[in-house]
Amino acid sequence: MKHDLSPDQADARAEFRATVDREIAPVADEHHRQERTPPELIRRLAERGYLGLPLPKDLGGGGRDMVTFGLLAGEVGRGCSSLRSLLTVHTMVAQAILRWGTRAQKEKWIPRLADGSAIGALALSEPSVGSDAKSVKTQATPAGGDVVLNGHKKWITYGQIADVFLVFAQGEGGPSAFLVERDRPGVHTEPILGLLGLRASMTASLHLEGCRIPGDNLVGRKGLGISHVAAVALDSGRYSVAWGCVGILEACLEACVAYTSEREQFGVLLKEHQLVRRMVTDMVTNLSAARLLCLEAGRLRDAKDPGALEASSIAKYFASTAAVRAADDAVQLHGANGCGSDYPVQRYLGDAKIMEIIEGSSQIQQLTIAEYGYQEYGSSRGRA
Amino acid sequence: MSTQESKARIAAYLARFFPGHDLLEDEDIFSLGFVTSMFAMQLVTFVEHEFGVTIENEDLELDNFRSINAITGLVGQKLAR
Repeated sequence: MKHDLSPDQADARAEFRATVDREIAPVADEHHRQERTPPELIRRLAERGYLGLPLPKDLGGGGRDMVTFGLLAGEVGRGCSSLRSLLTVHTMVAQAILRWGTRAQKEKWIPRLADGSAIGALALSEPSVGSDAKSVKTQATPAGGDVVLNGHKKWITYGQIADVFLVFAQGEGGPSAFLVERDRPGVHTEPILGLLGLRASMTASLHLEGCRIPGDNLVGRKGLGISHVAAVALDSGRYSVAWGCVGILEACLEACVAYTSEREQFGVLLKEHQLVRRMVTDMVTNLSAARLLCLEAGRLRDAKDPGALEASSIAKYFASTAAVRAADDAVQLHGANGCGSDYPVQRYLGDAKIMEIIEGSSQIQQLTIAEYGYQEYGSSRGRA
Repeated sequence: MSTQESKARIAAYLARFFPGHDLLEDEDIFSLGFVTSMFAMQLVTFVEHEFGVTIENEDLELDNFRSINAITGLVGQKLAR
């Protein structure tokens, strides 16, 4: 199915695809086993401009549109969901600074995030706080003109290597957002290994013990850290995760087409069995639908249309749940081979399941999207 | 755009969040308990898109978004600049 991309977007997608096929996909299984992303791979992504692709040109970014950024997330996600998650969290931090940061924060951080000389990570979740983000327990205590942070953040994607964390902590007026540099005294990270998926995403716990930061490190306004700063970050994350799931869907389909076109059972190729074809049909259909939803979300974002919020939630919900079904079928189609490490489909299944949990779980999306539905269809106005 | 027209647009948009409730112009929307987690972003995005203004960091006072009248006032200030 052809999609309505501009020539620039189509060219960009072709370049992303070639890069992934050459440099990312062939080593993804190995990085998954090692539970790490080599720094040289991240540096190569930075040198290609991928870490700053959607960031403003006047601040060192690529200035590309959100559809193109989505295409990048999709292609990288097809090769390696862990590496795609780097794009996601890094961009989440950048977008939060761009939207609600001070001029000084933008000028200090965006060029470094754009060229990859600083890696950003979101520090929101805690051992006892996930979906209920406004209840974060990390404390931000005023100390003269500074702020002292104490708390424990968990499940921080690329937290093992991030140079700057966007930390959400309870302070005056409620939860607020702060930029915390890794090299501040009182900052300590420890790796989290053995994850179900995204094993190469260098996930970490972040411990803040008497960590003193300047008051100027506040992003946005006091008490509006979750409602405004996290909301922007999570909206950005949701969008790139949705595209990443398009990548997982496509990877599953490619793997299954290849496997069922080579392996025989009962004297014929697997692809001749009708029940196999049914699973492939579901993958093809869901891939097309997910991609269309993501393209729609991207176009609405580029148009700064208020409908982009809802469209991104819908895209993430559909694409992530579809990716899990596709990866489940992919493992099933591969049989015992799908349970071993010689084939990538077991990685796809673990990665896809994580997508249903992060950046707003499927259950949170169900609550949110239903709310949009009641807003849109509950009034006397018809749908535009 | 007149103040009355701005107010009417804002009131029409906010009505979707409070079905079955006739929102008064000076009524505190945050005290009504209907606000959802995405409400803040939806409201900011609506104001920016509808009126062609940019909500800056310094505009992020809850009092600027507390009622139809408050939002109308904020929009008026932004359009006047």
